This record gives sequence, structure tokens and C-alpha cells, in this order.
Amino acid sequence: MPLDKATVARIATLARIRVPEEELESLAAEMDKIIGWVEQLDEVTTDDVPPMASVVDVELPWRDDEVTDGDCRDKVLANAPEKVEGFFAVSKVLE
Amino acid sequence: MAQARDGLAKGDFTSVELTQAHIAALEASRELNAFVTETPEQALEAAKASDARRVSSNSGGGEAGSMEGLPIAIKDLFCTEGVLTTASSHILDGFTPQYESTVTANLWRAGAVMLGKTNLDEFAMGSATVTSYYGPTVNPWRRSGDDKKLVPGGSSGGSAAVVAARAALGATGTDTGGSIRQPASFCGIVGIKPTYGRCSRWGIVAFASSLDQAGPMTRTVRDGAIMLGAMAGHDARDSTSADREVPDFEAALEKGVKGLKVGIPEEYQMKGMSPELLALWDQGKAWLTAAGAEMVPVSLPHTKYALPTYYIVAPAEASSNLARYDGVRYGLREEGETLQEMYENTRGEGFGAEVTRRVLIGTYVLSAGYYDAYYLKAQKLRTLISRDFREAFDKVDVLLTPTAPSPAFAIGEKMDDPIAMYLNDVFTVPASLAGLPAASIPAGLSGDGLPLGLQLIARPFDEETMFRAARAVEDAAAFDAEPTLMAGDGS
Repeated sequence: MPLDKATVARIATLARIRVPEEELESLAAEMDKIIGWVEQLDEVTTDDVPPMASVVDVELPWRDDEVTDGDCRDKVLANAPEKVEGFFAVSKVLE
Repeated sequence: MAQARDGLAKGDFTSVELTQAHIAALEASRELNAFVTETPEQALEAAKASDARRVSSNSGGGEAGSMEGLPIAIKDLFCTEGVLTTASSHILDGFTPQYESTVTANLWRAGAVMLGKTNLDEFAMGSATVTSYYGPTVNPWRRSGDDKKLVPGGSSGGSAAVVAARAALGATGTDTGGSIRQPASFCGIVGIKPTYGRCSRWGIVAFASSLDQAGPMTRTVRDGAIMLGAMAGHDARDSTSADREVPDFEAALEKGVKGLKVGIPEEYQMKGMSPELLALWDQGKAWLTAAGAEMVPVSLPHTKYALPTYYIVAPAEASSNLARYDGVRYGLREEGETLQEMYENTRGEGFGAEVTRRVLIGTYVLSAGYYDAYYLKAQKLRTLISRDFREAFDKVDVLLTPTAPSPAFAIGEKMDDPIAMYLNDVFTVPASLAGLPAASIPAGLSGDGLPLGLQLIARPFDEETMFRAARAVEDAAAFDAEPTLMAGDGS
């Protein structure tokens, strides 16, 4: 199935990236080419093969449930584009 | 770096003198556009402190660190406290980390001095350092009789250029699909990607979490061993970091390769490979044979699927890791009438074309209805690719391959087709998918006078064998060619 403009527009919305209308066509063509190229994986039978999520063959380590960090609000806010009274500030969320 | 270390220890010169020389070299090589941020004042402060520490340690106040007083550069993907960190992206404009990455903290604790933050492909996505918001970095090497500007490789192109131009004794890089090894090959230096988990990823701007690894880029194998020793180690803040002792890599260097079995993967001999690359590979086999190793043909049957597997897995992980760049807490913010519009405008404006392409590919392959066909399939191929290596390592101790399919190309080439650019990583990506340690050693020159590298791949956590073989190749190759632009004198 070819990756068309409409699909790219839908994915761009999912990814929250604004793509100008005039770039959708060429982006669709590039992405279609890449997806077409990766589809060669279908040549390989993988019915009994387990998927590999990580090269590290270990369980996630555990730690004690203690507070060992935090209490540094000013550092957390240091790079904020906009802050108000100790909060990150953005435009209104709810109508 | 090893020579500088000895010179400092003997008192031939001070870290301040050494650092000043490198700052001058940095200024003389600005045309390479290798730095995003230069930190000369900070470097001199650190050098002074290092010299003071050395005086006190000489009079019995403890030992000098393994990197004491040595000026290095840091890829601008590592968070450095109080110093602008951009990942070469517009979307991280002004971002000043309030914390230090574990790897750089390790280096400062070992006494190293920071010259500045080097340029990279945006968010480490690329193999030429041409996608940076701050413009491309130029390779200090030129083709014989040609003054066209060449790429240094990527994504750690700034670090590679700086080390090749002798403006730093070493530099950190990160390698996700080849981003240390390939630029090392293009710039005629040593580049090492350790085993996944050997270095902590905490504080490194994430691209693909199951693939990213920090590593050293240096002029010699010994320097790489020194620097990796300082960088590596378990970190409780990175749950994928290995809880293992860091061996003394330098001690392994001169063990030689007598009796070592070197695997030559037949699938790495690809259609259309240049005769000079094949000749260099044969030369590498001859060198190791002369040093007492045995060449053994092996097969890695799923090699050809490694690149497409990578270009599903890496963009998928990137789409998740880059979701945090939304204009709310740091970096660029583009306003919008609604929060959603703010996100879309910020990201649309802040991400470059390659990053956008990869995030969208990643989003697509993870989306409902496509997850099984692409992402799950790729994860299964990853199992098969890793299995190929495990089976090969039943027969051999290390693998020898070329690092890159070509020497450095001109800035502006390979831009029409994203896949043409992706093919730069054909020899490096498989070891990344399997999490194996791999190094590129400068081994020879192309007909145009450009560096060509050979790659050595070892078993997980067996960097020592990789270093032994690398040292043997380096010794035999005796690569002493120098780039057209050299800012430093090679102290």
C-alpha cells in the first residue's frame, strides 16, 4: 500500500509535527520509498523467532522505594520558556 | 594523548600550556565548523585546577586521574552542566542542562579538561554531519588535487574532525548505527563503540535507547583504551548499564594476536565494493596473519537485513524519545492558539527534515495496524542477526571487516535519496543491533588520498580482545598520513 499524502498528514498529526501542505507530497514519496525498502524483511520467515526488545539479557534492576532525589524546583524550571509562580506556563488547555 | 599524559607526569609542560595550545588550534581550525560551543575559559580553569592537583599529588596527596589535565572535546549530545547543549537542533535552543551526564562526569572526575561541544547530525540522525542546525562540519582531509569540501562522516562528525585536525587530544562520540566508527574511518582516526551497557546513557540526549552507546574518538588505539577506561562503568541511574567491573583496557593492548581466530564474514563482501576497499581488507587479513592470528571464513546470513531492520527499530525508538520536545519545559517554543497547535508548531519549526522524516517513519511503524508488520518483524530480525554473531563467535574470537563502503564524499552528495545516505552504515549497523563492541582503525588511504578504516568486532564485554586486535592492525598499518588541515602540531 503506497504511503500517500493523506496518510502522511495523519501520521504527522499523531506525531504532533506540523508539515506544511506543500511539503506533504515529497515527504510522502520519500517515506513511501523508505517503507518499500524496509519491507524486504518479509523475505525472512520468522514464525518461531522471539522478538528482541533489548540486547541486555537481564531483568530490570530494583531499588528500595525511597526518595533519593528532587527538591530542586528552580533547576527543573531553569530552562522553561515561560514560568508562573513555580509552574510551567502554557496557553489554556481546556475550552 | 598517551604522550601528553606522560609529558604532564614528567613535568615537561603543564595542563595550562597544553590546553592553551589546543585552544589556539581550535581557533585556527574554525573553518571546519566543528564546534557548536567553545569553552576556553572553562578549559583554562579546569587546566589550572588539574595542575594544582598534580602538584599536590606529586607531594603525596593522592593519585592523578587517568585523564588528568588532558584537553578533550565533547559531542553536543552529552548534557554538560551550565553549558549549552543543543543536539545540533533548533528545538533545543538555549537549553542549559542543570546536571552533568554520567560519562562526562566520569571524565571530569578523571581530570580531563573540556575544550567545547562538538557539532553533530541533528539528534545524532545522519552519517555525514550535514543535518545540523548549525551547518555542516568540514572534514580536515581533502582529495588529492581537489579542494572540494568533504563530509567528516556522522553523526559524530564534529568530534572526528576536531581530533583529526589535532585541535583536541580526544573527543567523545555516540554510536547508534555507526556514528563513531564511520566518521572515524572518514577522518583517519580511531573510533570505539563499546558493548551496549559498558557506558552509561544517563544524561545523553536519547535517540534510540536500545542502540545508543557513548565511546571515545582518538588518534591511537592506546588513547582510546585510556579514554574508554575513564568513560565506562556501571551507573544505577541507567538501568541498561552493565553491573560489571571495567577492565584495564590499556593493559590488554600489547597481548598480541597469536593464536587468535579472526572471522571474515562472507556477506560483508558486497556487490559493487571498490577494489581498493577489498585490497585493504585483504591487507588487514595479511597483517593479522603475520602477527600470528588465523583467518577463518564465517557466515552471518542475515547481514543484508540489518540496515532495513535498523531503519525500523531506530526511528521507532526515536519517535518515542523525541516526543518530549514539545516547547513546554525547555528549548524552542512556537506559540499556537491551542496547546496542540503549540506542540505542532514547535516541532514543525524545531525539527529538521531528516529528524522529521525519521520520527514520522517511527510513528508509522508503531501505529495501530502496522506494528506487527514492521516493528515486531524488525525485532525478530534483530534476534536472528544477533544469533548469527553468537554462532560465529563459537568459531572465532573477533571479526575483521571494512568500516565504511567508501571514503569521505563531498558535502552535498547523496542528498537526493535518503537511502543512499543510509547505506553508509551497512558494515556498522549489524554490530549495533547485536550490542557488540566494535572499533574502527585507520588502515590505509584511497586512491584520492583519503583515509579508509578497518573494523574489528568482538564478543559482548570482550573489548580486551577487540583492543588487542586493533593494536595489531594499527601497528602493522603504521598509518601516519596527515589531513590537509591540521591546526595543532600533534603534541
